[in-house]
Amino acid sequence: MTLTSSINTRPYTLGSMNTGEPCCEPIAHLQVQNLSLAYGQKTVLDGVSLDIYKGCITALIGPSGCGKTSFLSALNRLTDLSASTRVRGSVLFDGEDLLSDKVDVLTLRRRIGMIFQKPNPFPLSIRRNLDLPLKEHGVNDRKIRAQKIETALRDVGLWDEVADRLDSSALALSGGQQQRLCIARALVLEPEILLMDEPCSALDPISSAVVEALIIRLRGQYTVVIVTHNLAQARRVANYAAFFWMKERVGKLIEFGQCQNLFEKPNHQLTAAYISGTQG
Amino acid sequence: MLNKHIDKPVSVLLMSIAVLCGLILLLVLSFLVKEAWPAINDGAWRSFLVDDAWYPLEGLFGISPMILASLAMTVGAILLALPLGVSSAIFLVFYAPAPVGSVYRLMLNLLAGIPSVIYGLWGLTKLVPLIVQWQAPGVSLLAAILVLTLMILPTVALTSAAALTAVPQELIAGAAALGLTRKSQILLVLIPAAKTGIISGVLLAVARALGETMAVLMVAGNVVQNPTSLFAPVRALTANIALEMAYATGTHRAGLFASGLLLTLLVLLLAWLASRLRSQAQRG
Amino acid sequence: MKERGFTLLIWASALLVAAMLLWVLSDVFIKGLSHLSWSFLMDEPSDSGRSGGIAPILISTLLILLVALFVSIPLGLAVAVWLSDFTEQRSEFANIIRLTLDALTGVPSIVYGLFGNAFFSIFLGLGFSIVSGGLTLACMILPVFIRTCESGLSAVNNDWRKGALALGLSRSATVWHILLPAAAPAIVTGLILGIGRATAETAALIFTSGYVDRMPESVMDSGRSLAVHIYDLSMNVTGGDDAAYASAFVLITLIILLNTFAQAGVNRWLKGRLVAL
Ligand SMILES: Nc1ncnc2c1ncn2[C@@H]1O[C@H](COP(=O)(O)OP(=O)(O)OP(=O)(O)O)[C@@H](O)[C@H]1O
Ligand SMILES: [Mg+2]
Repeated sequence: MTLTSSINTRPYTLGSMNTGEPCCEPIAHLQVQNLSLAYGQKTVLDGVSLDIYKGCITALIGPSGCGKTSFLSALNRLTDLSASTRVRGSVLFDGEDLLSDKVDVLTLRRRIGMIFQKPNPFPLSIRRNLDLPLKEHGVNDRKIRAQKIETALRDVGLWDEVADRLDSSALALSGGQQQRLCIARALVLEPEILLMDEPCSALDPISSAVVEALIIRLRGQYTVVIVTHNLAQARRVANYAAFFWMKERVGKLIEFGQCQNLFEKPNHQLTAAYISGTQG
Repeated sequence: MLNKHIDKPVSVLLMSIAVLCGLILLLVLSFLVKEAWPAINDGAWRSFLVDDAWYPLEGLFGISPMILASLAMTVGAILLALPLGVSSAIFLVFYAPAPVGSVYRLMLNLLAGIPSVIYGLWGLTKLVPLIVQWQAPGVSLLAAILVLTLMILPTVALTSAAALTAVPQELIAGAAALGLTRKSQILLVLIPAAKTGIISGVLLAVARALGETMAVLMVAGNVVQNPTSLFAPVRALTANIALEMAYATGTHRAGLFASGLLLTLLVLLLAWLASRLRSQAQRG
Repeated sequence: MKERGFTLLIWASALLVAAMLLWVLSDVFIKGLSHLSWSFLMDEPSDSGRSGGIAPILISTLLILLVALFVSIPLGLAVAVWLSDFTEQRSEFANIIRLTLDALTGVPSIVYGLFGNAFFSIFLGLGFSIVSGGLTLACMILPVFIRTCESGLSAVNNDWRKGALALGLSRSATVWHILLPAAAPAIVTGLILGIGRATAETAALIFTSGYVDRMPESVMDSGRSLAVHIYDLSMNVTGGDDAAYASAFVLITLIILLNTFAQAGVNRWLKGRLVAL
């Protein structure tokens, strides 16, 4: 697969997408098998197995420190950044283990985007924030880049707000706008999967609602894995939910299932206690 | 984008450059040793200590008067710069009104940036004539001490100010709550708390004074003799190298490299002590 | 009562230090300016520098500095980037390199002069030349430049690093497009430190770039730097004081000017890369 062909040259859009029921027949997009993760000697996740379904939103919930962020970082190999981080098990993506050494991580990260808790636009202009990743992934035609940038900004509902100041600093945007810019920056690379680590928790309630609405619109088009401490939000946006908990200081997956089931009739006592607010 | 897999070659390239730069130290030391070898092998180094004069052309390599002169200058300069520098730091941190403080800090930075050869020039043309009026010949240990003091004062003052600023606020509040006067707060609580920072700054200043060449060469008179009086002209180890390298050959040249090696080892020892102290200060 | 005495003592020593500085500076400025003229900057020195000007000396000074910066900036940035982004922060190997650099920072400049003479001038056969002097200075300023840039790079917001890598940018692209521009203030500081030290240097140059005060025809010629000129005028030339002070004034002005250029140069490089921090 050549690099250029991995990004469509046609503009794409979320435009008229319907936000109804995209998850009728679950197809695994990622198959996580027996994943464990350690920082140096300290194991923080152990024996996690679950499927992430295509076109669905999967919410990860659980108390602080149980390894949700670590889990996400393993899925796009951000764990590679520190040599002392060890990940074992396998994660099948398109029939290939994405944890293997043979995987081209740069392409992998283009296909699996990530949004962080704190919006982190680069200290560049709004335009260049989107232009730089496109260029680095081999989209050399200026016109096509401009088109893609516009589409991505329209998709996150930012176009009308920033169209007249594309060349001013991205850091001058409000927190909510910055977070939507970061989502646009991930979308512009046309990823298949989006990992979101508490994308709304650093935002004020109104911005948070805007971003949440945006996430709901992603359903169907993208596979989304979202970490959130806001259980109400998880119920609103997610099709599936996974509950993590710490046992003897090691994070474990306790329960995974359809979001509604997990919240309304949890199988596990810990889950029930956590969502009713009596533990965690 | 040129190539997605550019990181590997870039990484190798950068690491080789880093190793190369690290090797400079090895290169410096090995060339010093290589050039100094005729003067230090087979116990030849002993003549540095036992010979009672520096007549390199006649094979006499007694450098102890110059070591003593270097030490005397350094010690004298520190004795003056330490109290002045620390009180300047106290002034800067606790007494100076804000605008005065920033001007004062600017001034110290400026003072630190003036080339040493200009201090030498100034010392030779202004300070030395003043000392002559008091006692000839003017070019002397005293002149060297004064010029060095000016040169290291900013280092001492700025590092001490940094150390004082880093003292935790609770400690100051605690001292004030005890009803200590400002003077006692500073002398009994703050200075002891900032001690390691101040000392590491002083060690840096010592290293700078020991290694200084030009200023000292220009005002100290350069007579090879033990520093017995403040008014006597003396020759520092560094000045000796600068003065004689131009015409030295054979073992003479080797002797100069050997004194350079000695100087380097001394300064490295000081730098090591300073960094030990600094990391100790950071930990506790 | 004692309290008053202490306050007085502090103010007195602060004033003393200020007075000393003003004394030195005013001497250099007054004596320097009174001898300074256009022709002083434009003429060749004559009568061992007592009269005439400093034109070839200015050129040699700039050439030596140019050689030093030309070598130390790319090498220095490379090492700084390697230390901050291409190796584990706590790796043993990187720490050894850091330690070596810190040790190099402390080596006295006269020792760099000895080394430069033995290595560049004699061993590599570069002789007494502007190249020898420039390379010696490069060795001298590299360690400080590297460590300043490294600390600037490490201080760059880590979220940008993660953000860039999560977009599938290579390390190299991340460093080049985002981290280096964001660390520009530290790079400027490192440059200013390096330029200041190199331009002021005398001891390391006497035995590497030499004394010759003619206009250099190439970088393989010997060339006398301003600092060496000041030294020579005040020590070896009776009646050279006026010219020495004028040269000292020029030297200080030159350092300030170069610092401004360094700042402006980096700002220009940043334009169109970084909008704001
Ligand atoms: N780089 C690291 N090095 C060492 N330990 C780490 C590192 N990152 C995280 N940890 C530890 O691993 C554990 C799991 O952290 P992680 O950030 O994955 O939890 P989390 O579920 O995302 O928590 P939160 O809800 O607070 O974000 C914690 O104990 C944390 O201290
Ligand atoms: Mg987290």
